[in-house]
Amino acid sequence: MKIARSLLTAMALAAAALLVRPAMADPSGQPIKIGSTLALTGPLAATGMVHKIVGEYYIDRLNHANGLLGRPVEWDLKDDQSKPELARTLYEQLITVDKVDLLMGPYATGAILQAMGVAQRYNKVLIHHTFGIPALAKYDLQFPAWSLGPNPETTFPNTLFDALAATPNPPKTIAILGSKFPSVLFMAQGARKVAQQRGLKEVLYLEYDFGTQDFGPIAARVKDANPDLLFVGAIGLEGNQLLEAMKKIDYTPHYHFYMYPAPGPMATSPLAKGALAASIFEQHKPFTDDPVAAEFVKAYNDRAAKAGLPYTRVETQAAVSFTAWQMLEAGVTATNSLDDQKIGQWLKTHKVRTIQGDLHFDGPSNYGDDLMKVKQVQNGEWVTVWPKQWAAPGATLQGN
Amino acid sequence: MPSATLLSQSILSGIFVGGLYGLLGLGLSLSWGMLRQINLAHFALAFLGAYLTYQLGSHGWDPLLTLIVIVPAFFVFGVAMHWVFARLAVTPFNSLLATFGLAVIIESAIQFVWSADYRKLESAYAAVKFKIGALYLPLPELISLALATALAFATWVVLRHTELGKAMRATAEDAPIAAAFGINTRLLERMLAGLCAAFAGVAGVALALTYTLAPSQIYSLIGVVFAVVMVGGLGNPFGPLIAGVAIGISEAVTMAVTAPAWAPLVSFSLLIVVLLTRARRT
Repeated sequence: MKIARSLLTAMALAAAALLVRPAMADPSGQPIKIGSTLALTGPLAATGMVHKIVGEYYIDRLNHANGLLGRPVEWDLKDDQSKPELARTLYEQLITVDKVDLLMGPYATGAILQAMGVAQRYNKVLIHHTFGIPALAKYDLQFPAWSLGPNPETTFPNTLFDALAATPNPPKTIAILGSKFPSVLFMAQGARKVAQQRGLKEVLYLEYDFGTQDFGPIAARVKDANPDLLFVGAIGLEGNQLLEAMKKIDYTPHYHFYMYPAPGPMATSPLAKGALAASIFEQHKPFTDDPVAAEFVKAYNDRAAKAGLPYTRVETQAAVSFTAWQMLEAGVTATNSLDDQKIGQWLKTHKVRTIQGDLHFDGPSNYGDDLMKVKQVQNGEWVTVWPKQWAAPGATLQGN
Repeated sequence: MPSATLLSQSILSGIFVGGLYGLLGLGLSLSWGMLRQINLAHFALAFLGAYLTYQLGSHGWDPLLTLIVIVPAFFVFGVAMHWVFARLAVTPFNSLLATFGLAVIIESAIQFVWSADYRKLESAYAAVKFKIGALYLPLPELISLALATALAFATWVVLRHTELGKAMRATAEDAPIAAAFGINTRLLERMLAGLCAAFAGVAGVALALTYTLAPSQIYSLIGVVFAVVMVGGLGNPFGPLIAGVAIGISEAVTMAVTAPAWAPLVSFSLLIVVLLTRARRT
């Protein structure tokens, strides 16, 4: 009798669930196709994989709800092999052959710049994750998901130097290294100007080729200059390579900053204790107080682990990727349309709530505020240390 | 003006990186000079060796112990590759294209197995360094230099002072005439191809000891190692090591006294000077 009653209760619950379903109806109709490329192979593939995981998660998230405009969403993703010129060809193909409804940007400044040209030719909205040189973003319907402001080369170094000035031992001398990679060299050059304005004494300034393998002589020069602060306009693994070279000659800088390091290798390197970098989101409070962010963090951690990524925590790359999809969803939903002009106009005139905060796109080159923060490797993890209101609970900026 | 310590440490750094250039260049030089195969897959093989060292190292193997697996395996691979090339009568120019294709395949395989993420071998050697005065000598770099020197010396001894080596040189010089004197040229060519691939495996162990690995880095050393091979002379066992150290020191000193971005110009300027001087001599 009890079993029969339980069965009836379960059936009633199931029927109720079915009745409730229309509120979260499965998307139906012709799928909306969103086209993009990512660096799935080649030198940028490690980070490209982060964007792939986020994109797949977001598409699943949309389709598990009500899709976009009630229609299912498909992601037409192609591999640009980390080659900007190939990205251009593939975006052309996405628009003219695959006839996608909407575009999402590729990864890395070079590829985004190429995709932007194609989007402009066809008047398509291009939301991009990681474009590092805002002044080059001339197209009216391009929108940055990375809130680095229109002049990050001056605003961010000021944020960093403010953070360091608030420590008990603020640096008085600085060594600046710059990789000849577009989106980081101009940050190093900007930091040089800002340091000069703020009275930091420059004891070394060097530019090196992107792809440099032997950091031994550069490390020797840094040791010789012995600055209070080492600012490295580095991208990818360069920061680790320099740290390894410095370790070999028994040198540890007091404060050391790397512009856009490969997050996993640097966080997990025992040599990177105290390394500083720029960030817009890290996997800790208060960022994760936002329920959407908390849900995303959990899902990303699981998916990144399943994909075999050595660093599974959400940081800047994953967060900007998620933000880009949030922006696209907001534009389509608010305009109830797939019309690029309508979506573009809406984005220009409205704020979008994202896991980075409320973003607006009404500044120069459609950039809003510089919301970048300073993070530091502490106990093998990245934690935000500045501004204080975004710092991880109990975390403060520390020197070596 | 750089300090004496900075200059000396940079020269040391140049010697170490030059040793690695020499180690990578040795197999390439022998393959190009004696087998007439411009083997671009040599770099991919070296990185495959590095990844295998990383993999075995992460299971507790001593990095140097991995040589007992990597060297024979790569020898067999080299023999097989040469057998295929000989069967298809691949010309030197075509070997450049075919081995580039092979390099791409190996890169894809590496990326498939180990992903595009960076990998770093954690070994007991990594933290060991010796100090002489104000100068530091890291053990992994010393091991790489020792491997490069030992292999160059051993190859030179074999080629110059053994019957096998003389037969190999005769085969490289004129295979039909060597065959007429009873030398099994096919066997010797296969052995040499196997050795070149095995040398790539040894270079891979050195790479794993000193570098953080990523599949795309396969191509980052091609330019400078080609310069090393050309400057050192094709088929000359000591040539790549000497040229590698010379180029390594020139690059390091350039980085110590001027902008580091000028360093790559040094190796290619040296290459141009050597090629022009050689052309004038001949």
